[in-house]
Amino acid sequence: MKKTKKIKKTKKVKKTKKVKKEVAFKNVTPNPASLRTVDNHYCAGCGHGIVHRLVCEAIDEYGIRERVIAVAPVGCAVIAYEYWDFDVTEAPHGRTPAVATGIKRVRPNNIVFTYQGDGDLAAIGTAEIIHAANRGENITVIFINNGVYGMTGGQMAPTTLAGQKTSTTIFGRSLRREGYPLKILEMLAILPGVKYAERVAVNSAHEVLRAKRAISKAFKMQIDGKGFSIVEVLSMCPTYWGMTPIQAADRIKNEVATFYPLGVIKSC
Amino acid sequence: MSKNKVLMCGNEACGEGAMAAGCTFYAGYPITPQNELISYMAKRINETDGAFVQAESELAAISMVLGAAAAGVRAMTSSSSPGISLKQEGISYLSACELPCVIVNMQRGGPGLGNIAPSQSDYFQAVKGGGHGDYKLIVLAPMSVQELFDLTFLAFDLADKYRNPVFILGDGLLGQMMEPLVISSDMRPTHYDKPWALTGCKGRKPGIIRSLLLGDGVLEAHNRHMQDKFSLIKKTETRVQHFNTRDADIILVAYGSVARIAKAAMESARAKGLKVGFIRPITLWPFPDKAIEDASAHAGKFLVVEMSAGQMVEDVRLAVNGKAKVEFYGRMGGGVPCEEEILACVEASLKSGGAAR
Repeated sequence: MKKTKKIKKTKKVKKTKKVKKEVAFKNVTPNPASLRTVDNHYCAGCGHGIVHRLVCEAIDEYGIRERVIAVAPVGCAVIAYEYWDFDVTEAPHGRTPAVATGIKRVRPNNIVFTYQGDGDLAAIGTAEIIHAANRGENITVIFINNGVYGMTGGQMAPTTLAGQKTSTTIFGRSLRREGYPLKILEMLAILPGVKYAERVAVNSAHEVLRAKRAISKAFKMQIDGKGFSIVEVLSMCPTYWGMTPIQAADRIKNEVATFYPLGVIKSC
Repeated sequence: MSKNKVLMCGNEACGEGAMAAGCTFYAGYPITPQNELISYMAKRINETDGAFVQAESELAAISMVLGAAAAGVRAMTSSSSPGISLKQEGISYLSACELPCVIVNMQRGGPGLGNIAPSQSDYFQAVKGGGHGDYKLIVLAPMSVQELFDLTFLAFDLADKYRNPVFILGDGLLGQMMEPLVISSDMRPTHYDKPWALTGCKGRKPGIIRSLLLGDGVLEAHNRHMQDKFSLIKKTETRVQHFNTRDADIILVAYGSVARIAKAAMESARAKGLKVGFIRPITLWPFPDKAIEDASAHAGKFLVVEMSAGQMVEDVRLAVNGKAKVEFYGRMGGGVPCEEEILACVEASLKSGGAAR
């Protein structure tokens, strides 16, 4: 009896006032203006989509969409410009901070950020990130650490944990053979040119909120002309971790974040 | 119009040409024999609102140029042979993204680390590709300090006009030597609108600069567009000088610093009554094959002289297309041919009348 009553009520509402429909479907998380409404090409449970959104939320928060020039990486986020509704250029693999340097030096009033994976930033682009950081370029770097090369099929990254199985370490990463997982954020933090470095994760709602604050802070540093800022985001790759999205999120908490500690590493 | 006459080395003249053309960004990495250029740009750009960056590598330097070019300014980098090899990655991207910029190679002896003496053994790399993919650079070959200034100035206009990287192919000899340079006060770079440049999307749709084109047939269409552009450049921008080719029995072909020596050899030969002509490509790409083909109609022989094992000679052979004999004389690894050597080659060739060696 109750059910039918309810249906009748809604029908009535429909006839009389359209506005009331919103009450039934209130969008409490509208898309940031900087984020395009397009189909997502990322795998289920991947962290890129979350971070793309957090970047856009930060950009909207400061109203800088029309000043932003982003530099996209080579890797899974290579087509980030399909999602972002502001100026974007691509860069050769790993040269991302060098391209950003060229842009920022000739357009110092624009907001320039790079978005890089762990292959792009911590392997092929090690020289570029260290020297951009050391020059104290006034840019923001969003560094996605998911411990594998996703785009090319799940090979070992410099950040792959010891024992982790990848397509190039089929019995697990051997510290003797492949060396140690690279804590590049701690390496960068010792450089005087680096003004803000924080490691966050996107494996839970709580961590996503912390990640959002860190990304906002990193952009604010640039807006205020403070210098080089970097946020490392521990992100999930269920596909190449061989896990479900929930297992992958749990792995961040139980394994990845125990080796790569979360929190502010440097803030000046 | 006032003219200012100064004494400068080639590397500095190249830098001054860039400044006259309105270059506001330079990134480079030290390497001999182009070091005067990076130092000169550090001094000159820092006197203006422009930006100079000494990069951590050639890979970074060319990528910084990519960023600056994408942001719409006139940008340049320079190096010498081993450094230019490193820049090939960025050059391919710049070409694919159709970003205008100027790249200078003061060639030295190779392969490998080679030496720091002048050479022309990077011709193939400059003209035939170097990086991956189907692309062409406009390649200018100056032969004097004055031309290093003039052609660098021109290079920036050509780069903007066609949205294509332009390459200055010099060598250690040109870069290091000093000569008088005349700078006109009324040189004004041509302005080209750059609606594609990334400046922040205020008042317009967001811009994207990319070479990744995954859609079905999209990359092929982009390649066709680029090839159409290259055809247009070939039609309109080929530059060549020729001397005494009308009645010549043999025509010397040389570019860059060797062109000066070959021209002197031609003049000595003429003084001896030998019918020797001379063709000097100024653009190595587009290569002046029409001028060479036309000359092959009445000259029986060509003698190509290079500081290499024979690279441009292949383009001369393609242009001549079997209509005349093409001979080659080259020095390698920093060896510079002298006038007498070339003259001896010409005389031997005219005497023998024999086949190409």
